[in-house]
Amino acid sequence: MAHALETRVLLEHAEDPALRTLDGYKRLVGGYATQEKAYRQMEQDEVLKELEDSGLRGRGGAGFSMGKKASFLPRGEMAKYLCCNADESEPGAFKDRELMQRNPHQLIEGIAIAALAADAGHAFIFIRGEYAEQADILDAAVAEAYEAGYLGTDILGTHRDLELVVHRGAGAYICGEETALLDALEGKRGNPRLKPPFPAVQGLYGGPTLINNVETLSNVPRIVANGAEWFKGFGTEQSPGTKVVSISGGVRRPGNYEVELGIPTRDLIYGLAGGPAEGHEVKAFYPGGSSSPVLTPAELDLPYSFEAMAEAGSMLGSGSIIVADDRVSIPHMALRTARFYHHESCGKCTPCREGTNWTVKMLERVVRGEATPMDLDIISSVQQNIMGHCLCVLGDSMAMPVSAMVNKFRDEFEQVIAEANAPYAAVEGSPLTLGAAT
Amino acid sequence: MSPVDGPGIFNPNLPVDQAVTEGRVPPRAEQEIPELHEVDCPDELRERIEELMARYPDRRSASIPALWAVQERYGWCTPEGIRQAAAVMRFTPAELESVASFYDLLHTDPVGTHRIEVCTNISCWMRGGDELLDAFVAAGEGADAHITGFECLGACDIAPMVSIDQRYYGPLEPNEAATAIEQLLAGEEVLPEKALAKRPLAADLPEGGS
Repeated sequence: MAHALETRVLLEHAEDPALRTLDGYKRLVGGYATQEKAYRQMEQDEVLKELEDSGLRGRGGAGFSMGKKASFLPRGEMAKYLCCNADESEPGAFKDRELMQRNPHQLIEGIAIAALAADAGHAFIFIRGEYAEQADILDAAVAEAYEAGYLGTDILGTHRDLELVVHRGAGAYICGEETALLDALEGKRGNPRLKPPFPAVQGLYGGPTLINNVETLSNVPRIVANGAEWFKGFGTEQSPGTKVVSISGGVRRPGNYEVELGIPTRDLIYGLAGGPAEGHEVKAFYPGGSSSPVLTPAELDLPYSFEAMAEAGSMLGSGSIIVADDRVSIPHMALRTARFYHHESCGKCTPCREGTNWTVKMLERVVRGEATPMDLDIISSVQQNIMGHCLCVLGDSMAMPVSAMVNKFRDEFEQVIAEANAPYAAVEGSPLTLGAAT
Repeated sequence: MSPVDGPGIFNPNLPVDQAVTEGRVPPRAEQEIPELHEVDCPDELRERIEELMARYPDRRSASIPALWAVQERYGWCTPEGIRQAAAVMRFTPAELESVASFYDLLHTDPVGTHRIEVCTNISCWMRGGDELLDAFVAAGEGADAHITGFECLGACDIAPMVSIDQRYYGPLEPNEAATAIEQLLAGEEVLPEKALAKRPLAADLPEGGS
């Protein structure tokens, strides 16, 4: 049973394992009827308009209008591609895993309809290699869809073709970055490319490419079926729709919850996820995955929407809340965060490669008690020198949360440093009494 | 006279580096694409890679899937395996090696039969991921398994968690590590109660469950 605060649209009937099969998908939620409608009765522009009017914003992190992105693809006879980004690797994010595992056909139908909007003949699902279980489920679902004639050549007798390949990655966070994803899909090391040209103009194999997140594409069938106005009935004006939010860390019931965008963040953390354990309180939380600047309990009552999070100096990102309760040491959390980005930096751009490396080294000094308060200023200045200076935002993804933690919890960092220096302070303060005592 | 005072490469105190006078000799001859008959590629692997290449508009796209196939067959991306894949795909082995070395899940060194990856990222760390990793390392000593800490595996809802042979389990207590390894080595179903595949949605969990 869904919780009273939940609004299950994408996760409707997700508790039923039958939803995973084509028959179940058709029976439970009327699956593939929208693809039939779109392929038989709608033109490319009609689908595009519906998507654009709906105001659906990308669910992968950037929050860019999905319809607008699709409309950037040039028209005309040429090979165009659609890539579904299922390389969900941001610490704290696990919503796409749930969507693929429980409702793979919803994604496939979304891809088929989006391919119509983008006029793409070849589509790929780039799924992270760790998600082998979900990739197996997708493989089975894609085979079913081919069998039933929803993919392949001359789909539903409409003379439209669409090939869909499930491509497994092999473990690299950077492949979630759209241009690195393209390189990985082309069989190379996953290094980001210089933009522009943007993938919409020159992407996979040099052709125009639409890249969307799993959750974004999963929204497509419902929007085309029920119309843009229906979709805008959920959420806020600038953040329409529902969102599957991953909540983890210091809460009693971590997991995925689908809610209307704009509900109070407190309802998510306390109402749905049960809040921190007995006797503890929220100390800080990442509102949108580990790359979002942390927020404090004072910001718990903000509506959970793209615009409110941006206004608070953070971001909704992929919609993944990580809660740190009062037992968590912020300097240690900063170090954990920085280590991840250091490990995942592809090494192409110097500010990111060196910046993540030195941030880790400096934060290690802090937690080992070897730092001085001046080091905190150096850490902050290193973050400033990473942001905006690289091909992709991996470096920024470390710089934003780390600088937020140093700024908002500077007292705690200084306290750790002071405690480590305490024995030396005693020696400096009273050498004679110390000598007398021994 | 100290070496640094001397006249550079003519300094009699220093052995003359051949590279200075004759240019650097490359360590190996430039790599060529191996021919199929040179590499003794098993038919099964060749057919699998050919099938993978056919799925993409450009055969290079099959690099990662082909390396997965090599790893599946040999346990890791062996140099011979990479040469075989390179021969089938018509690339130099170096091109495939460069891909294999980039990705965490493709192993260019021998690893055990089983893979155990324990997440130690933020959410798992908060809930005991480090202790779980220690427990797995201790329990798996001497076992034919590759046990490592890993970056976020995308299952923070079951933190702390582990991926055992590409299947997710959690949330685990450190004392469950030994049981998991015993079951794994005995070929039994691992921690059936803790498999992610069997877990309901968070809101559908029984009250008080975690």
